[in-house]
Amino acid sequence: MIMEPSAPTEETRIGVYICHCGANIAAKVDVETTRDFAATLPGVIVARDYKFACSDPGQEMIQQDIGELNLNRVVVASCSPLLHEKTFRNACAAAGLSPFCFQMANIREHVSWVTADPELALEKAKSLVAAAVRRVARARALTPKQVPVHPDVLVVGGGIAGIHAALILANAGKKVYLVERRPTIGGHMAQFDKTFPTMDCAACILTPKMSDVKSHPNITMWTYSEVEEVAGFTGNFKVKVRRKARYIKEDLCVGCNDCVEACVLKKEKTQVPDEFNVGLSKRKAIYMPFPQATPACVVIDPKQCLQLMKGKCAQACVEACERAAIDFDQEDEILDVDVGAIIIATGYQPFNARKIPEYGYGRFDNVYTTLEIERLVNASGPTGGEIILRDGSVPKSVGIIHCVGSRDRRFNPWCSNVCCMGALKAAHLVKERTGAEVFNFYVDMRTAFKGYEEFYDQVLAEGVQFIRGRVAEVTDWAMTPAEQGKLVIRVEDTLIGVARRIPVDMVVLAVGLEPQPDSGSVTRTFNISCSPEGFFLERHPKLGPVSTFTDGVFLAGACQGPKDIPETVAQAGAAAAEALCLVDRGFVDIEPNTAWIEEEFCSGCKTCIPLCPFHAIERDEEKGVAVINEALCKGCGTCVAACPSGAARQNLFTDEQIYEEIEGVLSYA
Amino acid sequence: MRYLYYPGCSLKGTGRAYEESLLSVFEELRFPVEELGDWNCCGATAYMSVDEMKAFALAARNLALAEQAVQREPVSLIAPCNACYLVLAKVQRSMAQYPHIGRAIADALVEAGLSYHGDVHVRHPLDVMINDIGLDIIAKHISRPLTGLKVACYYGCQVVRPFATFDDQYIPTSMDQLMECVGATPVDWPLKTRCCGSSLTGTIQEAGLRLSYIILKEARDRGADAVATCCPLCQFNLECYQRRMRRAFDDDIDIPVAYFPQFMGKAMGLEDHRLGLQRLFVPLTSAPALV
Repeated sequence: MIMEPSAPTEETRIGVYICHCGANIAAKVDVETTRDFAATLPGVIVARDYKFACSDPGQEMIQQDIGELNLNRVVVASCSPLLHEKTFRNACAAAGLSPFCFQMANIREHVSWVTADPELALEKAKSLVAAAVRRVARARALTPKQVPVHPDVLVVGGGIAGIHAALILANAGKKVYLVERRPTIGGHMAQFDKTFPTMDCAACILTPKMSDVKSHPNITMWTYSEVEEVAGFTGNFKVKVRRKARYIKEDLCVGCNDCVEACVLKKEKTQVPDEFNVGLSKRKAIYMPFPQATPACVVIDPKQCLQLMKGKCAQACVEACERAAIDFDQEDEILDVDVGAIIIATGYQPFNARKIPEYGYGRFDNVYTTLEIERLVNASGPTGGEIILRDGSVPKSVGIIHCVGSRDRRFNPWCSNVCCMGALKAAHLVKERTGAEVFNFYVDMRTAFKGYEEFYDQVLAEGVQFIRGRVAEVTDWAMTPAEQGKLVIRVEDTLIGVARRIPVDMVVLAVGLEPQPDSGSVTRTFNISCSPEGFFLERHPKLGPVSTFTDGVFLAGACQGPKDIPETVAQAGAAAAEALCLVDRGFVDIEPNTAWIEEEFCSGCKTCIPLCPFHAIERDEEKGVAVINEALCKGCGTCVAACPSGAARQNLFTDEQIYEEIEGVLSYA
Repeated sequence: MRYLYYPGCSLKGTGRAYEESLLSVFEELRFPVEELGDWNCCGATAYMSVDEMKAFALAARNLALAEQAVQREPVSLIAPCNACYLVLAKVQRSMAQYPHIGRAIADALVEAGLSYHGDVHVRHPLDVMINDIGLDIIAKHISRPLTGLKVACYYGCQVVRPFATFDDQYIPTSMDQLMECVGATPVDWPLKTRCCGSSLTGTIQEAGLRLSYIILKEARDRGADAVATCCPLCQFNLECYQRRMRRAFDDDIDIPVAYFPQFMGKAMGLEDHRLGLQRLFVPLTSAPALV
């Protein structure tokens, strides 16, 4: 292996700063000894330790040293570069030092937080500092690349999070693409009847925003569409969107529903469960998801339509449509768009209550989920707003079970955040509409946030009973004549220490929130991370709650973790602001980590050319060497690893830098 | 696959009818099973609660004997008693899952001149009937289908918990399938795996009796003519205390409780004494469809 030209010509003058990070590092790593050790390393002019290197005085200390001691290299041993590399690079730059002559050693995440023995911690901290010092000596001043940012923004998901973010951006004058996989925007919020704790009608506050999206000149709304592929990088994403065939010409359909009336699948057994009503009603093959669906455009279900499945149908819908909007030959369409930023707002799925057979969902007719209750209560729902049992009678007693699928190690360990309030809302509505006796079975009541505890008080005052205990089972075996024909809730009332049996007519399961089933493939498409359970991972739980580890991709709503509507809207606003920040600045700094060819070593063998995933390498036929187009190079390092003669080099990762770092780790002592 | 049969203490005592009927049905189905030689007590739940490791070693001896008996051929050890089944399955799993238990038991077995490599499949006869013999084969042997007989299939707590190896943990169906196969009508009821009171009947009888009564009452209220069981202790609790239940709960409860192979044997036309039917306190023939 050929080493690059060694030692820089100028004298190497390194400053090393060991951060205590309060007690985060200092409690485990002997920072003074680490500092004294650093001072002995070759090229080190000054070594200091400091309580918080990232603080203003900490940065000023470094800057002062750069000026007074004429430092040309800086090492900070502190936390992860993910957290503060930018901070210290900026500090160096402000003092006139190239930000690329700075090196970070991570002695917090990699040492103090994960090492039990202080002696081992000290040894590791010393080795990492030695590695950083040796590496930084080989650093070169580089000029960061600046590339322009595309001003448009993509919002993925048309629930309340995506709607809110899209409107903010559009109102700020940005062009927004809103992509929603279902035939209408609105998400789960559109299925709700009321919203806690104020009991605003969900439709009354949501549908105006939905029509704003539809009519906004800056928003391109693509429903029944999915993002297939994302390439590029922050500021310059290239996105492929699949617009699924809905077999309707969207520009012609006015949503008159004549075709739905006409559809030949009139018998109930030929129909399928209506998704919007959570299966409480049936729909035909051609359908409008719900009256306020946006766009107000019907859709044909290809898995149910006789014409599309068998090619044989009287096509009554076509006849009924005066505007000739139906098109059975429609095919999926792939559209390419360029955007500068992406907001992911793909939402959640409710926990599947069938996974808990002892609660009887799917076995007993009158066990419902909270989402089903929303549909029953809704005036445009399957019962016209009446809370009735499957046999049409009005329940006289209702049991609402909290934490179904949540805070349960068998299923999801997390608190789903919204179900306590959702269950209170259901209790209030049931009480108000039916006058039934209502029991809430809770584990802990979690009613933080504005107005929530007051709502809990109100529901208590309305006479709803609260029993503390996780329900053991919902069953239909009767001990007493009073239990005959009822659903019996068996529970340990942990406040009085007694096992109880409570007969009710209706059971409502407050199901928790889960990641979407395909969240894994979404992380791959957008190159973001998710927690083991599948919620998307924010860049920092406190200070970067809407950013991801991929620059230019932001998160909003329950795809990042269970959230109620106020929190979702707040986060969507934050994500919109972050995206705006990026696209409004007009350019982004790109890490100058591109590869280049040392021409005198290049034999022109062309090994690198087909390997480059970005087609950035060409052969200069005149000189007989490879040439890398810096504008196209993404710094992946493939050519550097493949080059048989060591002619391909990569900025920030030269062989020399890497070898010095390894030597530093292995032979610091 | 060789099939060894581990009777456990009950099937030689209070549960003799279970042994008689099960072996007769196997014989009728031409399904060869041999009794494990020199078997010992499984320890049941009682020993497990006193000294788990010793209880494991005691039960593991049976597994080691089974392995030895077939000289490492694939072997299923059929344990008809739910408690035996659970204890043997638990030992099997604990040895595989926890190295310290595996080592301790291996050491104990060496003292007795034995060794165990973990190759025995612990099986319940319900599992063997459904998955090894198969409903289609069983159906071919049915000469007197139990048409019109409504049966509440009662599995007890141990056969699907905590290890649900061959049936659903909450709503098991294997016995229901067998009863359907022999022409009976299984009733849909929610107490298939609810506790029968187990040994409480012998210790705190008031509590045990109540638990047994709940099961019988619900079976009757759902229209069952008889209860089918797969565990000798369940059968004992449910059948032998009905007079006391009648007194304690002022209820005329009176329902036959028999082992599932007794129903199968009846449908195959086997003689009553081969099925141990004469040992029942509440005669099976008191069910109208079997008169």
